[in-house]
Amino acid sequence: MATPLIKVDHLEKHFVLHNAEGTKIPVFANLKLEVSAGECVVLAGVSGSGKSTLMRSIYGNYLPTGGAVNVLHDSSFVDITTAPPYEVLDIRRRTLGYVSQFLRVIPRISTLDLVMQPLLDNGVDVKDAEARAAELLDLLELPKAHWSLPPATFTGGEQQRVNIARSFVWDYPIFLLDEPTASLDAANRERVVKLINRAMDRGAAMIGIFHDEDVRNAVATRLFEVSDYAVAA
Amino acid sequence: MSQAALASPLSLVPESPILSVADCSKMYGPIVGCRDVSFDLYPGEVLGIVGESGSGKSTLLNCISGRLKPTDGTVSFAVKGGDLADIFSLSEPERRRLQREEWGFVHQNPRDGLRMRVSAGANVAEPLMNLGDRHYGTMREKTIDWLTRVELDIARVDDNPKNFSGGMQQRIQIARNLIHGPRLIFMDEPTGGLDVSVQARLLDLLRGLVRRLGMSAIIVTHDLAVARLLADRLMVMRSGSVVEMGLTDQVLDDPQHPYTQLLVSAVLQI
Repeated sequence: MATPLIKVDHLEKHFVLHNAEGTKIPVFANLKLEVSAGECVVLAGVSGSGKSTLMRSIYGNYLPTGGAVNVLHDSSFVDITTAPPYEVLDIRRRTLGYVSQFLRVIPRISTLDLVMQPLLDNGVDVKDAEARAAELLDLLELPKAHWSLPPATFTGGEQQRVNIARSFVWDYPIFLLDEPTASLDAANRERVVKLINRAMDRGAAMIGIFHDEDVRNAVATRLFEVSDYAVAA
Repeated sequence: MSQAALASPLSLVPESPILSVADCSKMYGPIVGCRDVSFDLYPGEVLGIVGESGSGKSTLLNCISGRLKPTDGTVSFAVKGGDLADIFSLSEPERRRLQREEWGFVHQNPRDGLRMRVSAGANVAEPLMNLGDRHYGTMREKTIDWLTRVELDIARVDDNPKNFSGGMQQRIQIARNLIHGPRLIFMDEPTGGLDVSVQARLLDLLRGLVRRLGMSAIIVTHDLAVARLLADRLMVMRSGSVVEMGLTDQVLDDPQHPYTQLLVSAVLQI
């Protein structure tokens, strides 16, 4: 059995809405999940079962109520739920990639610069970073004429491809994929599936949410039912 | 080529803070400015301080930048050599040297941070002179380089700041505060009072500069979008106290404190 790259241990999350009479919304408790190199675990379950909450908790974007998310970073495990902010940012910079459902556009930054950013943040020099970014944009067939433009005016599918290029430009050991293919046509879905499989082949560990059944079947090595850990409200 | 061969080894996890604030309080008689604020800032980190007006953001910024003596608590800066020194225990000239040579301070109102009677170029070059630069040619060259970086027309280098628009004055102030390569920069609502297009340009500029130069920064803002774009970490203040502190996207996307939840939910979506 391969060693896991990520170990989610007794994770618990509930939301407390202080401005709605302190309403408590439980999501999951006692959740355990380990993902090893070369695996793609697909989170299953209906809308509202906590798939995105789990994903965001693993990325350090949501603050879990209890438990730990241990991420293999520089050959030792770090609990991202308690790590100081600069360490979480370091983990995100080098170890943990995330493809969100929507691209967060930064005013005035060109598509190419946006895609290069993770490489520059990792100390890759501009020329190599540019070449690598161009390679990915090419692969995802984003028209060359668009590269120098900020993606704010792009279609949903184009923005999503920029988003995917931006994450896959760096070979993260672990990827979190939150519906990366939601707004893509069949041909582009196919390309993304290829990227995911290629990353798995080189030993990346993946956790994904895919509503598209074809994509799910093409990439999943196993399914994980988040609702198994649901708590009654 | 493999990724490892391309990337230069960077260890971003720093061992010791560049600024350490412990139990900082400032009272104005019976009125609380800020109370019991403690935090560490690490090299290369950008900290955003958010909260409504009157929450103590500016009082705190003035205390930690050595402009206002706290009633209680300490503010320590990693002086050259790496040791933390309490800035209010330093001699006045030594503290002024820190402020002049190793720090920058960008005011909300550019008129507070510029000399309005000397040219834009002289404003930008002055920090170099303070550091002992005496060569007119190199100073002129660096000044023009910085005016270009903040996207100002270099043909206007000899104009007085009062003849520039507010947004341009703000960019002159930013160039003046970055030209000498400070290790730490304080900013008080750097984009407040500017129209939206100028604000976007300025934010983009600041973000690029802070990232590229690897300096540490503390930015006071009431605008959560500005905070999200620029800050690694957020501190939320209310009535002089810190109610929540954490990773920027975590504080904004999963706020824990009732006040932060109210603040985040009050933002209009566009």
